Parts: sequence; structure tokens; C-alpha cells
Amino acid sequence: MTSVPDRQTIACTVDEASSHLLRCDSLTKRYAVNVLEDVSLELSHGEIHAIVGANGAGKSTFCKIVSGLVRPTSGTMWIRGTEYRPANKRHAETAGVQIVQQELNLIGNLTVAENLLFGRFPHRWGRIHRGELHRRARLALDRFGLDEISLDTPARRLGVGQQQMVEIATALDRDCRVLILDEPTAALTHRETDRLFIWLRKLRDQGVGMIYISHRLEEVIELADRVTVLRDGKKVLSREASCLSADEMVRGMTGDDTLFAHHDFVSHCQSNVRFRVQGIGQRSVLHPTSFDVHAGERLGVAGLIGSGRTELLRAIFGADVADSGHVVLDGDPRPRRFRTPSQAVAAGLAMVTEDRKQSGLLLSQSVMVNATLATMSEFRSAVGIIDHADEWAASTRYRDQLAIRCRDVGQSCDTLSGGNQQKVVIAKWLLRDAKVFLFDEPTRGVDIAATRPIYALFDELAQAGKSLVIVSSDLDELLRNCDRILVLSAGRVTGEFHRDTWSRESIMQAFFAGYTE
Amino acid sequence: MGIEFVRARLDDRGALVQYMGMVGVLIMLVAIFSSLSEHFFRPQTIPLILNQIPDLIVIAVGMTLVLIIGGIDLSVGSLLALGSAVIGVLMVDHGWSFVSASVVCLLTAGACGLTSGMISVGAKVPSFIVTLGMLEISRGIAYWLTDSQQKYIGSSVESLSLPLPVIGLSSAFLVAFSVVLVTQWVLTRTVFGRYCIAIGTNVEAVRMSGVNTFPYRVAVFTVSGLLCGLAAIMRTTLLPSTDPETGVGMELAAIAACVIGGTSLMGGRGSVINTFFGVLIISVLQTGLAQVGAAEGTKRIITGTVIIVAVILDAIRGRWFAGEGRTLES
Repeated sequence: MTSVPDRQTIACTVDEASSHLLRCDSLTKRYAVNVLEDVSLELSHGEIHAIVGANGAGKSTFCKIVSGLVRPTSGTMWIRGTEYRPANKRHAETAGVQIVQQELNLIGNLTVAENLLFGRFPHRWGRIHRGELHRRARLALDRFGLDEISLDTPARRLGVGQQQMVEIATALDRDCRVLILDEPTAALTHRETDRLFIWLRKLRDQGVGMIYISHRLEEVIELADRVTVLRDGKKVLSREASCLSADEMVRGMTGDDTLFAHHDFVSHCQSNVRFRVQGIGQRSVLHPTSFDVHAGERLGVAGLIGSGRTELLRAIFGADVADSGHVVLDGDPRPRRFRTPSQAVAAGLAMVTEDRKQSGLLLSQSVMVNATLATMSEFRSAVGIIDHADEWAASTRYRDQLAIRCRDVGQSCDTLSGGNQQKVVIAKWLLRDAKVFLFDEPTRGVDIAATRPIYALFDELAQAGKSLVIVSSDLDELLRNCDRILVLSAGRVTGEFHRDTWSRESIMQAFFAGYTE
Repeated sequence: MGIEFVRARLDDRGALVQYMGMVGVLIMLVAIFSSLSEHFFRPQTIPLILNQIPDLIVIAVGMTLVLIIGGIDLSVGSLLALGSAVIGVLMVDHGWSFVSASVVCLLTAGACGLTSGMISVGAKVPSFIVTLGMLEISRGIAYWLTDSQQKYIGSSVESLSLPLPVIGLSSAFLVAFSVVLVTQWVLTRTVFGRYCIAIGTNVEAVRMSGVNTFPYRVAVFTVSGLLCGLAAIMRTTLLPSTDPETGVGMELAAIAACVIGGTSLMGGRGSVINTFFGVLIISVLQTGLAQVGAAEGTKRIITGTVIIVAVILDAIRGRWFAGEGRTLES
């Protein structure tokens, strides 16, 4: 791709361009291959423009170019008729372009207030004016209805959802004409998402133009005015949201019609109880909780962020030691309260954690090293020598089984997409042949085309007689995949729903039951 | 399957490029010094240099392991002094044999490493602080044991450090070189080595994979201590005397060697072979500078510059290969 502008670009007069808030012409970004190719897009004042596409479609690259984090190989941009060439993020911010990235960027040891006004501290001679800092931070949060977040809390103490909300509030508090949101709702609950949408609509009425990236197509249809679909770095279609259906978007994204075909749920639930949780509790965050999981059963755990879902899984797995209760595994009459994950793993448990990068993967190591991490003893001779060829073969087998896209299993995990990274974590536990799988947000940061293989995997695991406990903020995910759903609210179980009798409304009601009583 | 595996190993150009880079730097240094001083490049110069450094080599090997698990060991110089103090006191004051004194020396230094490891890992205190404390404590014990006196042991122990016929290298160097090879093998071929690298990359992920990391981390500090004991034996035979003042600042030389060899101070990445090259580079540099008659100030400035340049080159190399991996996927 050379940077020869096409006829249309040359013909474009200043007047024409200025009718748009942001106009991008033939943006191309080339590394070894084109990750973004000839993408043009216009954003008007007060428009929410959604960009959808599978992982690697070029959405994030597009956002990074507009927000000054990456420079395009060729192509031009205008903001209100003036050519716009951001050299860096700061430059883009002064032009009124704000980005909320997918990864959380808060500084953990600073307070919420300090994070909100970071880089713009009210000060006199370098001394931070505390009162003013708090006043402005409070204002920024209150506008968003985030009155439950305390300004003096260090950011690391907030839940992932709350961090995301603070981050969005930070961007909105700056001079903002073009707002780019890269999967803002990935970590949010329904209630938080609703709140976010109200605020985004208000911004739209004020004339702010927004580029909105999400894998959740219902959201896109609900919120966006216009949708652009990218596939393999190219624009496939761009249309008014009102005349576009989810099916059409998926077809555009994947070139595959069958993705959204009706999913028939087949239960593999057996009669014998595999795993019993009895009174597992964690002071102040989780009341003693009991439930059984059958062999071949997929049990969903739903609830708002902060309702104790992650804490429940961590307490079962011994990642945090439970204050009360124990678990009983099939075939082992002893009640156990695991004190370390190694005890839980030895007993046949596996946990796929919420945050892959922090606690799931050795990011800079190869697929093979990650896949065999929990099973090293099987590849070792008496004196502890690793049989590399055997290890290579075994991890290659699981790469093929899970269809992990990589050159070979020697490839480093930080070069894989989110969905493939998640599969590597799952491969680790499949190699271990665990009996009980605990999944915490299994499709977080995984694009829509890659969720289906993961769902298929749930089905296969259940069919093989494994027991699955799946925590998710996405209720649709649980409705689609689970035999039974347990709802946690304010640290206790407020409902148990079976597939044949459940309704979305009753489950949603249980979400809030713990907070209202 | 087998062929694919072998090809992937050969494809690992990152490691190869790094070896070549280190050898290239060594050749360059030798060339520079040879052109500056007529006495430098002679066949006998090389064994002369190599026979001086077995103690630094084994200490740097231990340091590499500690750095790989994401720790640091500042006590190595003091443990060297403590070890040699033990040998001196036992042999000179109590008439012990060299062999039994050496065993006690190894045990003492190993026990110190074990203690640092247990405290640092068990109480979750940064190893920087714990080994800084151990640096002072073991140096203190060395003074205390010897009444701050040097002890002359005599030529009875020298044989280990004398050049062997034909090859011109000392037994001590050969032992050190074997330590390098064995440790590199342990690091790349054994479960222990794999866990060390994994722990240094992301200790929480290893824990959540059901591996109890405690014994591995403590073992690494213990090995580092043991290697300091070995270094103490080597230095004692080289001098041949013991001195409680010996080994001051050695931790920095060892860390410098590791860093020149591309070991990451953040953990998770490192190679014992490259550390060995790192030691060679430092000592060729120092010997060369001494031969051309550089002043102490000049020597230090040049050594410091080499360390920083090495790290910059390593960072550039890292970025280059990371970028390549990324484009291959898409």
C-alpha cells in the first residue's frame, strides 16, 4: 500500500470535510502485513459510531491511530476541517480526542481522586490543593452517579468494574469532543452498563462524537447511530444502525452465516454429585455458601460485580483461605478446606482466573511452557529431566484439539489474541485432566467469533463428565451454557434457577435481592 | 512431530544471535587491546585471565539463578569472605585438613543462603533487603571469627589453582566451567529450571497452577549460598591465604556480568552461558585496561559505560525479536 491519495481525497474541499467532526480517509497501517487497509470513516457531531469486528480485524489499531498512540502508514484525518496528525496521545487530547482503552490504566497506589485528575492536579507552586482536588473529583464522579466510590480509596482496591467506570469518568472529565471507547462494558454489570449508556446518550445530545467498540452486538444495536464492520483490516460495510441486524453484522465480521445459528443446549448432567461446597464463607465478603455440582453439570454463578462471585471461587480453590466451610469431592469422604491452590489442584480442581495476564498466564513464555505448567511431573524422568519432545508433542495435540492459532507451540503467548490465550489456559487444565473446572469470566476480552469455540468446549467438558462452575457478568452467556444458575447478591445466594423453569426477569431480580433486604 | 520439534529448536535464533553477539564483543575487545598493547594478545594471556576468575564465575552463576526467579542476592561478596574465614580459622588455628575445612565452608555459606531464602520467601520480604542484611551479618561474622586478621595457609592448597600441564588452565577454572554447563543444563532441561523461569515470569500464575513455589525459591537462594562457598574455596587456593576483607563489591561485579549476558533484573529471563561470557567480557576489559596502563578512574568509567551499552543493546535486541514474533502471527 503506497500513500497515493485517491481522487476522492484530492477533490475533498475544506468545506466538505468540516461538516464532519472527524473524518478519516484511507487509513492504512502496515507492520509486516496490513493490519488496517484503506479504511475511511466519518464521525458527525453527536453521533455514536460503533465499530465491530473479530479480533485482529483492526478495530484497536484504528482507535490507536485516531488517539495518537500509533501513526498510520498512510491516510489522512481531519477534525472539523483541519488536518489532524496527532504525534502522541497528549497531542490528540489537546485536540479533544479522548480514548478509554480496553486495558485498565489506573495507577493502583494512587487514590481515586488522584487518578481522576492525574496530570491535571490543581496546585500552587507544585503543592497539590487537596480540597480543590476532591471537589473536582467528586464532581466528575457525581455526574456519572458514582457516589458509592470513595475518593480516598486506592484504585487497586476497586473492583474491575468500578475501575473501568472511574477510567471512563476520567476521560469524560477532560475536554472531550471525540470520545473513543474500546470495549468499555467488558467488565461492567448490566446495571453499570445501563448507567454508562444514559451518560453516553447525554454526551451525544451535547454534540460529542463517539467511536464505540464492543463485542456485544445487542449493545451496539441499542446504542449506536451508525455501525461499521471491519474484517481483516478492511471495511466490510457501514450503515445506519436502525437498518442493520445482529445477524448481518456477524455475517460481515466472520463471513460465516452459521455462527448465530440457534444453539441447542444438551444437558450432560449425571445423577451423581461430583462436588459439594458446604458453608464456604469469607468474612465480610461472602456468607457461608453451600451448593452441589453434579458430574457433567454446568453450573452458572451470576451476580453483580462485588457480589462475592470471584471470592467464592478463590475460596473454594484455596487461592484465599476460606474462613469457614469445606468442600467434599466425589470419591474422597474427607471434607477439605484447601489452604493453597496446590492442594486443590492435587484434589482434581482447576481454575481459569478472571485476569489472564495477572494470574493465568506466563505471558512472555511459550504456549508449550504454559500448557504443561500444571503437569510438569508427567514429562519428567526420575532425576527431573524434561522430555522436551514428549512435551512438545503433548502440547501440540492440545493446541490442535482446542484450535489455538499459533505458528507452533514454541510461540510466545504475548503474541496471541485474547481468545487464544484463554484457550492456552484451558489447555493447561485439560492436560492435567482436572475433574472440576472453575471458570471466572471465561470470555472476558475474547471476541465474539472466539466465544463459540469456548462454549463448544464447555459442552465437550460436560460430556466428558467434568463438573463446571462458570462465573460470568454476561447473563446471556450463562443462560446459553448452563444447566443451572446460582445468583449471588451482596455475598450470599439469593436464588437458584433451573433451565426448564428460569426466566431472565426472575434471575435479574435475584441480582438485587441481597442489597434491598 | 519430531522433525517439527527439532526445527522449532533450530529456529530459536534469539539465543543464537545473543551467543554470537557476546562472542563478537569479546573478539572486538581482544582486537582493540591487541592493537593498543603489543603484550596483550599472546597465547599465554588467555589462560592467565581465565585462571583468575573461577570464583567470580561460580558466584555469577548463582546470581543468574536468583535474578531469574525475580530476586537478587547482595550477600555474595560477604559470603565469600565468611567462607574463606571459616577455612582459614579451621586450617590455621585448629589444624583441620583442607578437605574437611572446605566442607564446613560450603555448609556455612549454604546455610546462610538457606536462611536468606527462608526469610525472604517465607515472610514475603524483598530479597534485596534480606540479603542486604545478610551482607552485613556474614561480613561481621567473618571479622569476628578471624579477629579481623588475614590467615596465611601456604602452598599446600595451591594445586587447585595452578595451571594444569598442556592445557594451561587450572582445575578451579575447569570446575567453574563445569558448574556453568551443569547449571545451564538444569535451567533448560529440568523441571527445577522450568519452574525457576516460570516463577520469575509470574509467580502468581505458577501458584494458581497448583505449584508450591516455596521450596523452589528457597532452593535457589541456597544454591547461590553454596556457590559462594565454592568460590571461597577457589579464592583461598588462588591466594593462598584468607582475608575477611575479601570480596567487597563482588555482588556488583556478578550482577554486572549477568546483565551484560542479558539476564533480566525483572526475572523470568536469563542464561548461564551468557553470564559466563559476561564475566569474560568484564575480566578481559579489566586486564586489557590494566595492560595498556589505564588509570583507575579511566578503568571504572569504561567498565561502567560497557555495562550500560550492553543493557541498551539487549533492550534493542528484545524489541526486535518481540516485534518479529508478533508479525508472524498475523
